[in-house]
Amino acid sequence: MTFINYASREINCKIVYYGPGLCGKTTNLQHIFESTAPGSRGKLISLATETDRTLFFDFMPLELGTVRGFKTRFHLYTVPGQVFYDASRKLILKGVDGVVFVADSQEERMDANVESLYNLEENLQTQGYDLLKLPYVLQLNKRDLPNIIPVDELAAELRRKEEPVVEAVAANGAGVFDTLKAVAKQVLTELRKG
Amino acid sequence: MADTPLLLREQQYHQIKALLARLRMDSAAKVVFLIDKDGQEIASQGEIGNLDTTSLASLAAGNVAATGAMAQLIGEKEFPTLSHEGERESIHISVIGRLLLIVVFDERSSLGLVKLRSKQVAHQLSAMIDEISKEEFRAEDSEFAEITDEDIDSLFQ
Repeated sequence: MTFINYASREINCKIVYYGPGLCGKTTNLQHIFESTAPGSRGKLISLATETDRTLFFDFMPLELGTVRGFKTRFHLYTVPGQVFYDASRKLILKGVDGVVFVADSQEERMDANVESLYNLEENLQTQGYDLLKLPYVLQLNKRDLPNIIPVDELAAELRRKEEPVVEAVAANGAGVFDTLKAVAKQVLTELRKG
Repeated sequence: MADTPLLLREQQYHQIKALLARLRMDSAAKVVFLIDKDGQEIASQGEIGNLDTTSLASLAAGNVAATGAMAQLIGEKEFPTLSHEGERESIHISVIGRLLLIVVFDERSSLGLVKLRSKQVAHQLSAMIDEISKEEFRAEDSEFAEITDEDIDSLFQ
């Protein structure tokens, strides 16, 4: 839920990165963290297991700049991708303003993508949201790997509406900011509409 | 669709700050702050210093969300308060509707005092929150109606 503070002239929005296990959600956040000036972002908090798998969420506040005299602050979250952490995923979607679905382009992960996307739709519904009406971006990650599905085929399978589709290699940063920009733009446009 | 935005006007912000300042004094706390259940910080008072209140707010919201979900699993609606006691520093969290009141305190205070004082201001905060929640966001009346695509694009240059 967007929070507008007229006293401090700030707009705060929540973006959630969703997707199957090991698709690169945390890597997206890490790249944003490493590529932004310390003055415009806070700490990257990772609640992870000892083997660096997300246990609850990753969190990073990011200030993008000023629009009409209001500072725009985005709170970026990832969900744990592993199937059995579903209760945590539901909690993190509460109050969401925009969603990025990070798909793993590798052939063997197609089923996991479909399952995770279905899970996203279901969990949004239980929180009272409709994916079709929410700011949303589909990121096709890991485009540098050898055994990947062609973009057209992946998009045909995973696209739910007219959402922007961004090809990415989060590990080297390709497409990461394009994805963030695409979702942030939709969130701010929603604000204009009211 | 996303939820309708939560609006905080300047006057309400100062009323909340004043209430938090009183709570901080009465409970001899280090820091008192109010956040929403999504982890957005609304107002804070006290010895903030280097304390990363943004991270703390997000973790406190996650903590309340997780324990709330546990409560439901055992048949409770929610756990209305949470306390974490450390060797020197402690945290007390009260759930007030859609908001969370967080008090950070040390040996100058006690959990009993913080609990008591938090409870006393909870109903005043609750009334203020009701008032804030009633306020409808009307984009056409706000500065946001004038946001242009160029304004948004300029954020990413």
